[in-house]
Amino acid sequence: MTPVLKITDLHKSFGDVKVLTGIDLTVQKGDVVSLIGSSGSGKTTLLRCVNLLEEFERGTIEIAGEAIGYREEGGRRRRLPERQIARQRAMTGMAFQQFNLFPHMTALKNVMLGLVKTKKLGQDEARAIAEKWLDRVGMIERKDHFPGQLSGGQQQRVAIARAIAMNPQLMLFDEVTSSLDPELVQEVLAVVRDLAADGMTMLIVTHEMRFARDVSTKVVFMDQGRIAEEGPPEAVFGAPKSERLAGFLANSEI
Amino acid sequence: MDLSLFLDNLWNARMSLLAGFGNTLLISLVAVILGSGLGVLVGLALSYGNLATRFVLRVYTDFLRGTPVFVLILACFYVLSVVGVDLSAFQAGVLALTLFCSSHVGEIIRGALAAIPKGQTEAAKSIGLTFGQTFASVLLPQALRQILPTWVNTATEIVKASTLLSIIGVVELLLATQQVISRTYLSLEFYFFAGFVYWLLNFLIEQAGRAVERRVSIPQ
Repeated sequence: MTPVLKITDLHKSFGDVKVLTGIDLTVQKGDVVSLIGSSGSGKTTLLRCVNLLEEFERGTIEIAGEAIGYREEGGRRRRLPERQIARQRAMTGMAFQQFNLFPHMTALKNVMLGLVKTKKLGQDEARAIAEKWLDRVGMIERKDHFPGQLSGGQQQRVAIARAIAMNPQLMLFDEVTSSLDPELVQEVLAVVRDLAADGMTMLIVTHEMRFARDVSTKVVFMDQGRIAEEGPPEAVFGAPKSERLAGFLANSEI
Repeated sequence: MDLSLFLDNLWNARMSLLAGFGNTLLISLVAVILGSGLGVLVGLALSYGNLATRFVLRVYTDFLRGTPVFVLILACFYVLSVVGVDLSAFQAGVLALTLFCSSHVGEIIRGALAAIPKGQTEAAKSIGLTFGQTFASVLLPQALRQILPTWVNTATEIVKASTLLSIIGVVELLLATQQVISRTYLSLEFYFFAGFVYWLLNFLIEQAGRAVERRVSIPQ
């Protein structure tokens, strides 16, 4: 079966700083893969490359068999035109650390925007889908509220609904609880757990180790721009092979 | 000051003053509408254009903003006719105010766009929006709300600057007033009256601006 995500030999630098140095990663349908590692290990950058929010210099990223972002043309690597990039971005959904809801739109309109503009659905159909997902994340009661009227946890749940309503093949979660007050973390994690249980394919960057252990089918430990260790959560958390991972886990709360 | 004498003369001069006021309104309205439309494009290009475009528009906005409106009006009227573009005084004046307005709106739009967090564009991209869609649905509505007070201020500046068109012979409210004064010699009264009308017009513009601001404000 074609994997949902196949990353091959991915390299990425910011100027002289090498951030990703040869990443290979395969995510099958229904997998929930957590990326863990210390700050600066390249987790978030990897996620942003998959969503084409970052350019990368070498390697390929395939989503459902389609190479995204670049094409080879006469031996030269070229960035695809913007329209095609936009279409490919919609194959994945992304939830951000800072939610990034559109402040001038209600929760409902936030979720409807992509459905209307990208998927070209009619207002009624878009509204029905948006309401379904707002209900799923427990935000249907607040659908007419603006982001500024919602708590951080509520905003993040709307943001997740906005991404997932697009019916992406892969959901990307970028530290979705890192800017939340501790008491709001669980409501967001519950939503992610619920989606995972439903078979949604996910790539999750997180600092919540307990959550990563519980929810993942695979855990990937990144260190200095590489995948240092990967495996099922029991193996990664229970029997770390490398000293670096053992050290990292010792310093994290589980 | 003889009030009934002034009121008699005001009544007699009502048609010419009204025509002048109408011109003031028309000039300001056209300049603000065209100038704002042009200004949005200028702001867009200043924010997202390539290096050459940005450089040219930087020079354009800095030059226009750093030049007295009076000089712009004279330039549009006299210089353009030298190079073979024959505009009426009215057209030249409106052109000058439009350019002036576009440079100010361009600069405030650029500032407002720069103030929108990068995450907004990224979120829009992540749901598959193209740049055009992102600009129209996400960035511009936020930028316009942000610039509203400054933009209203620019509109009142345009109204005030429209008086300068009297120099090139456009009969707007100020020149109409001066013509009445030259017939009646009631200079103090009529200048005071014209001043009051300008103040009232700008006061109404500001009130309308505040009303719109309240209407489009985002609930917190």
